[in-house]
Amino acid sequence: MTTKSTTAERPRASAEPGTLVLLCLSAWMVPGAGHFWMGRRQKAIVFVLALPAMFLIGLLLKGRVFPFELSEPLVGLAAVANLLAGIPWMIARLMDAGGGTVTAATYEYGNCFLIVSGLLNFLVILDAYDTALGRK
Amino acid sequence: MTSHFLLLLVFAFFVSLVFGVLLRDEPRQQFRTGAMMFGGFIATAIVLGWLMFPFPL
Repeated sequence: MTTKSTTAERPRASAEPGTLVLLCLSAWMVPGAGHFWMGRRQKAIVFVLALPAMFLIGLLLKGRVFPFELSEPLVGLAAVANLLAGIPWMIARLMDAGGGTVTAATYEYGNCFLIVSGLLNFLVILDAYDTALGRK
Repeated sequence: MTSHFLLLLVFAFFVSLVFGVLLRDEPRQQFRTGAMMFGGFIATAIVLGWLMFPFPL
């Protein structure tokens, strides 16, 4: 018979600040890495497959990886959301991908996939952080 | 791939998948939450689509 573990019973990661920073950095760079670190492999596998796939679909739909333009607040926010995707964002920047084709019918859909991929990864990072602190 | 509905399905699938896995711990609950969210996405899109139909936007 399996029993559902409570917050108090669950193994708690070292809540030292250095470890938490490393955990969050790894969770940012590789989606799901934080959960893998915490031993939640099923969740980690889903995140590492789904989030980069969303980012890739966004690129294939001719979406734009936004630049950091402080003069355009919404573009700046979209750039931060893109950045949160981690390694997929770095690869796209290095390969000069994600120029965006404004005239493409799928341009806005592509942006939507790219931005939401980063924002979901941010939620995943926060979840890994909470798990490390024993809150979940 | 320019079908709006297909893109909606793909987007809803990924978002539901991530939220289902993120919010629940048991696989059965994850599936249930994800499926409900996916259905909610589709139903909302169809209802809003029909509600907007009379408006000449």
